[in-house]
Amino acid sequence: MGSFMVRRIIYAIPALIAVSLISFLVIAIPPGDYVTRLAEMSAAAGDIMPLAEQEAMRRAYGLDLPLMVQYWNWITGVVLRGDFGYSFSFNLPVKDVIWPRLGLTIVLSVASLLFIWVVAIPIGIYSAVRRYSAGDYLATFLGFLGLAIPNFLLALAAMYIAFAWFGVNVGGLFSPQYVEAPWSWERVLDLLAHLWLPMMVLGTAGTASVIRVIRANLLDELHKPYVTAARAKGKGEFALLMKYPVRHALNPFVSGQNDIFVDIVSGGTIVAIVMGLQTTGPLLLDALRTQDMYMASSFILMLSVLVVIGTLLSDLLLAWLDPRIRYQQG
Amino acid sequence: MSAFDESTGLVAPIAKTHRRGRGFDGHWALVWQKFRRHKLGVAGGIVVILAYLVAAIPEFLAPVTLEAYNPAYTYAPPQPVHMGRDDGTGWTFGPHVNAYKSEIDYNSGRRTFVEDETQPIYLGFFVEGESYNLLGLIPTNRHLFGPVIEGQPFFLFGADRLGRDILSRTIYGTRISMTIGLIGVALSLVFGILIGGISGLFGGVTDNVIQRFIEFIQSVPAIPLWIGLAAAIPASVPPLQVYFLITIILSVLGWTSLARVVRGRFLAMRNEDFVKAARLDGCGPVRIIFRHMLPSFLSHIIATVSLAIPGMILAETALSYLGIGLRTPIVSWGVLLQEAQNVRTIASAPWLLLPGAAVVIAVLALNFLGDGLRDAADPYAD
Repeated sequence: MGSFMVRRIIYAIPALIAVSLISFLVIAIPPGDYVTRLAEMSAAAGDIMPLAEQEAMRRAYGLDLPLMVQYWNWITGVVLRGDFGYSFSFNLPVKDVIWPRLGLTIVLSVASLLFIWVVAIPIGIYSAVRRYSAGDYLATFLGFLGLAIPNFLLALAAMYIAFAWFGVNVGGLFSPQYVEAPWSWERVLDLLAHLWLPMMVLGTAGTASVIRVIRANLLDELHKPYVTAARAKGKGEFALLMKYPVRHALNPFVSGQNDIFVDIVSGGTIVAIVMGLQTTGPLLLDALRTQDMYMASSFILMLSVLVVIGTLLSDLLLAWLDPRIRYQQG
Repeated sequence: MSAFDESTGLVAPIAKTHRRGRGFDGHWALVWQKFRRHKLGVAGGIVVILAYLVAAIPEFLAPVTLEAYNPAYTYAPPQPVHMGRDDGTGWTFGPHVNAYKSEIDYNSGRRTFVEDETQPIYLGFFVEGESYNLLGLIPTNRHLFGPVIEGQPFFLFGADRLGRDILSRTIYGTRISMTIGLIGVALSLVFGILIGGISGLFGGVTDNVIQRFIEFIQSVPAIPLWIGLAAAIPASVPPLQVYFLITIILSVLGWTSLARVVRGRFLAMRNEDFVKAARLDGCGPVRIIFRHMLPSFLSHIIATVSLAIPGMILAETALSYLGIGLRTPIVSWGVLLQEAQNVRTIASAPWLLLPGAAVVIAVLALNFLGDGLRDAADPYAD
């Protein structure tokens, strides 16, 4: 297990390097930068920014250097000093903006993942055991629907229902008085009171696919001889189910968790924008619109790092659960 | 048609009826037989065909054109259809909607619409309206349905901020939304077959490198990257080019699952007897791939493709909704949903979400179709 872990962690390093390159280049390569954007804005306001001033600004921000030098300066700053560069539009170091947002992104993503497990595993087991029952059909139908409704549409519908029927405006992760407040017990409670709706919206698609996976895996196991043997020994139906076939069926489910986590982080961006959550999504979109380069790159980088770490954890979990994988790759 | 009879040593003609047995059916006949048994898949297939039909002739199906607007009907709710009316002398049959009387509530500054029973707008099929060219060829002015008298207000799905008919715009949006998935997938298919084919055919180090690369791409969160790429398209780019750029952006990350399927099939088939036989016969690699290998996993590719389209449709809708995908004058379902930008707008005009129903139906149908095709793709397994 130890050597597998080390190998797997070393394996993640090239992925991280590639991710950092992509996040930087996607933002830096397209024509135009923050200064062009500023010039456009002041031109729209009827104030022409002289070219010399633009050049001076570029020099001050280091935007006139070759791309690879810019990348090197940025990534060494991130890795060695935890310095993500400077946000032009916030006039703050990116790290001051990014960490609280990223923390909430992680909270929301993990909460959605837990929600998926809590809801989908029992329903999946029920669907398989009571195959072709009314409940199974209902679960299958809702599952398909959950896969087909785009996240942001679900978010809109949920906000509409909350607003029109219950008269509450559910945007954001905090009540107004707690948005800027320092962390306190009340703020945590306030967060929990707001978290459930985005969590459910984000979890729907994952729930649908997990139900399908568990149902299919469990159906494969339910009619195997070892189940019959255990039943013949007189073991109770529920204990039997939990002890043997469900454990088998959970294996492929664990290996699928990584894709689901990627989808949650990825889809969370859009849900956060629609619902105005204080996570990375809305700021990423703003940063892209204003070409706030280091901000945008850092957000994409950190979201990707989050996913790479998620992959690493799920691989380790799988290896811990299933010794075959440890020996195969180790 | 003849067969060798072992007991008599004679060659006897096979009766025509024997050919109907399973052993004699070709690959595609078997695939079709298996697919037909998948009821949801067939239903999904029918809906998908209808959707592409809508995409082909929206001018005929939509009551009004994209440009039509009616300033008196801004944010008008959907008009209910009545089957007949009682004009005092007795009940007469005639499907109609009623015109709206609008009243402005000066306290809230909102306009409310009330049905005006005295002003029925009769509806009919194959009514005359704006002229257009059907399929770009046949000039006509007939529309499948609409008000009998041209130009009367008719808003089955309600109207948007400028008093445009949401039903007509949703019908027009089908064209862009359904084709962007197709074109995106076609592009992904080219990448997928090429890279997956190379990976599966050469194996070894090449395969290893490509597989690690695919794993890496699949582990990148797609939506932030899509947003990043789409936001980089300058506002000065013409709408049609934006459309193609968006399809390219979607397929940059979308080809990986196709490449995996192709590679898996190549690996499985590389050592099959018929491939060896073809090689011994002196066929070159290109002929082996296209003449011998491709036909036997084409059904798998079709299934994977139909499962990849919904993802593209959802991605386009989301990008356009955020305002960094397609933009007017191009109309897609995502562009239409841009109107529903905040809760207050939706609360006062929930029908703005109706184009979203089109997205859900299309994605569901494509998923069902894909499921059915995937089951049917390998008709020999049971």
